[in-house]
Amino acid sequence: MNILYDEAIDGALNKVDVADLFAELRRSLPDLQILHSEEDRRPYECDGLSAYRTLPMLVLLPERIEQVEAILGICHARRVPVVPRGAGTGLSGGALPLEQGVLLVMARFNRILEINPQGRFARVQPGVRNLAISQAAAPHELYYAPDPSSQIACSIGGNVAENAGGVHCLKYGLTVHNVLKVEILTIEGERLTLGSDALDSPGFDLLALFMGSEGMLGIVTEITVKLLPKPRVARVLMASFDSVDNAGRAVADIIGEGIIPGGLEMMDKLAIQAAEDFIHAGYPVEAEAILLCELDGVELDVAEDIERVRAVLDKAGATAVSLARDEAERVRFWAGRKNAFPAVGRMSPDYYCMDGTIPRKHLPRVLRGTAELSERYGLRVANVFHAGDGNMHPLILFDANQPGELERAEELGGKILELCVEVGGTITGEHGVGREKINQMCVQFNADELAFFHAVKAAFDAEGLLNPGKNIPTLRRCAENGAMRVHQGQMPFPELERF
Amino acid sequence: MSSDIQDADLGEELLAQVCTALSTGTPLLIQGGGTKAFYGGQGSGSLLDTRGHRGIVNYESTELVVTVRAGTPVAEVEAVLNGEGQTLAFEPPQFGGQATVGGMVAAGLSGPRRPWVGAVRDFVLGCRLITGHGKHLRFGGEVMKNVAGYDVSRLMAGSLGCLGLLTEVSLKVLPKPRSGCTLRLEMDVPAALDRFAEWGQQPLPITAACHDGEALMLRLEGGEGSVKAARESLGGEEVSAEFWTALREFQLDFFADPAPLWRLSVANDSRPDLPAGAQLVDWGGAQRWLKSSADSGEIRRAAAAAGGHASCFTPGACDSPLHPLPAALMRHHRQLKAQLDPQGIFNPGRMYAGL
Repeated sequence: MNILYDEAIDGALNKVDVADLFAELRRSLPDLQILHSEEDRRPYECDGLSAYRTLPMLVLLPERIEQVEAILGICHARRVPVVPRGAGTGLSGGALPLEQGVLLVMARFNRILEINPQGRFARVQPGVRNLAISQAAAPHELYYAPDPSSQIACSIGGNVAENAGGVHCLKYGLTVHNVLKVEILTIEGERLTLGSDALDSPGFDLLALFMGSEGMLGIVTEITVKLLPKPRVARVLMASFDSVDNAGRAVADIIGEGIIPGGLEMMDKLAIQAAEDFIHAGYPVEAEAILLCELDGVELDVAEDIERVRAVLDKAGATAVSLARDEAERVRFWAGRKNAFPAVGRMSPDYYCMDGTIPRKHLPRVLRGTAELSERYGLRVANVFHAGDGNMHPLILFDANQPGELERAEELGGKILELCVEVGGTITGEHGVGREKINQMCVQFNADELAFFHAVKAAFDAEGLLNPGKNIPTLRRCAENGAMRVHQGQMPFPELERF
Repeated sequence: MSSDIQDADLGEELLAQVCTALSTGTPLLIQGGGTKAFYGGQGSGSLLDTRGHRGIVNYESTELVVTVRAGTPVAEVEAVLNGEGQTLAFEPPQFGGQATVGGMVAAGLSGPRRPWVGAVRDFVLGCRLITGHGKHLRFGGEVMKNVAGYDVSRLMAGSLGCLGLLTEVSLKVLPKPRSGCTLRLEMDVPAALDRFAEWGQQPLPITAACHDGEALMLRLEGGEGSVKAARESLGGEEVSAEFWTALREFQLDFFADPAPLWRLSVANDSRPDLPAGAQLVDWGGAQRWLKSSADSGEIRRAAAAAGGHASCFTPGACDSPLHPLPAALMRHHRQLKAQLDPQGIFNPGRMYAGL
């Protein structure tokens, strides 16, 4: 089924008179930058999920909160859908525009408002890049912990919208664990503060609810994040295995030993070869799997943990274990992993990245299932895996210029996600549902659960004007796409007609 | 621990109880061990006891997750985790072993380790919930990262049962620290706050930092090497770790003072100008316990000026025990309550009047 917005199943959208809306925005906000020519709007037709594109009706580039407030007021009054966008690096189409909606680009809110070393927090605007926060905090030996691989470009507002993770989540948490406070504007243009400068706040934990809500509940205008002291040392071990099962077992054994590594990553043979061809990180290309295990903290503890992990790896049947001798080698070991996506990109005209998360013990089963699917669909799959927290990133290799390959890649991806749900996992660990995984939401949740989500949404945006069609599918979409689960022997969505 | 009580899945019965309440329009007052009746508003409704719905549903130490029925005592869960060298790292109070997991999540109270590892909500991975529409639903799961749909599980933490009946919770667990020590350093409160700010910027293995009115109390936990090195550089006298349990369980002498007990949650680098009364500083400055008969407005103004809020922990001492919300935020609380519990049957008044 087509992923682009379909009013017949995703809900009717208000017919907007663009010229009229443009005139009112111009009149009310004379200095607001509005992109209206097709040529100017074209660069905004997609986010990091470039397979799906829709030209937005108008692109708005505000620079002051008052402008955002006024934009929302006007759009609310006219019932114009609003699609928020940060840096546009999202991988799930969360910022995919609507033909009948405005694209609200928050990228120009790029000021760091305060770095407070005593209080260990930074107050920033939503368009500030993730890495820029750590760079600004670096003179104080502090940093912002979540580090999605796009951290050089992605904005902190987008991180809030997606509850972004990274390679250090198991030990340092996700965005939700590292944000103290957000200032938001509701679709009605009302200002709310969620969270506070303290560690908790009275009332419901709306701050937690807002994390990962994909721009469906409000627009983030300011964020206060926690800063942590930089670990004194970080060392990385690389272990090779002749089977992914052994590598998976080693991960469980490390955790079982009571060690929480700063980072614990796995790559399979195809990913290893791609990375080695590209980066020359010194990876063993003959291995079936490698593990990268980073231990960080105080020197003495790290030294002790290295020995303990080494012993666990040997016992788990690692065919080779090497400790990065110096910082240069540590960076090189990581460079292979961090460039795994572009490395795979060199092997194939296109690739499609999945984001399922599973209980780690099911890794061998899911990898076997993925291999079988890969064969059945005739598309290669390279696996990189945040092994510590169970977050898989299978990369499906395809060529969009070959008729039908994109569709086959999508279908294969969907099957992999269904497999993740089957073993008790989730369709998305950190990239978000966006538009991309909207159909798989019907597999993970039943109609009542989806209705509950819609009720949450209605408490903040009763008319459904913020980012329509993202994150939570309509029951009609689920009924139509057939990717439904039979729940307790009952046909799901019995109240809906079938076509 | 009451291990003679049988584990049982009363999910069906609890659902039936909620459905009856919905059909008759009878509000429910949800209660586990009843250990936190002092906290929040009084609430009203017919009693719903969760304690029969108990037992560990799934625990896998190498997956770092435990799934527990809401009526299970926290102490029982901790005992099982302890057997595998793991723990609920946010140190929830156990209130004489009676506190249940459901109440722990609903109240959202965390212990001394909170600033360093996170609060209850940070460890909630998933839940099952009986809703105000009479459905038994599942949100989140048993995996560390999950952004499918809204984070309903974390929304339940601290919601005082006002948005639905929690029946099951999945929690992230962590290995217990390999070694630790507790230090007592003689100094006054302003000097202690300076130390907290200074140490907070260094990668020290601190997992609790308090000033009990007499001295700075510090807990170091981690590997043997880092704990030993920090102990040598920080000085002070080594004392028993029992202090932290007593602090978590409100059993220090400080809490015996008959004046009303207030909890102030403030910015960690703030120096709130508090009304007269005994004070205990916890969470490295971010949590202040105050024994004071001062006017609630005065206490709350001081907390708000320090970037935070104040709640009264002594029943009857204050008309609105939880810090009042700004009007716009309260309206959104009402809207959310109206959506998720349209008949208002779950714990009315337990958090705020009219919610």
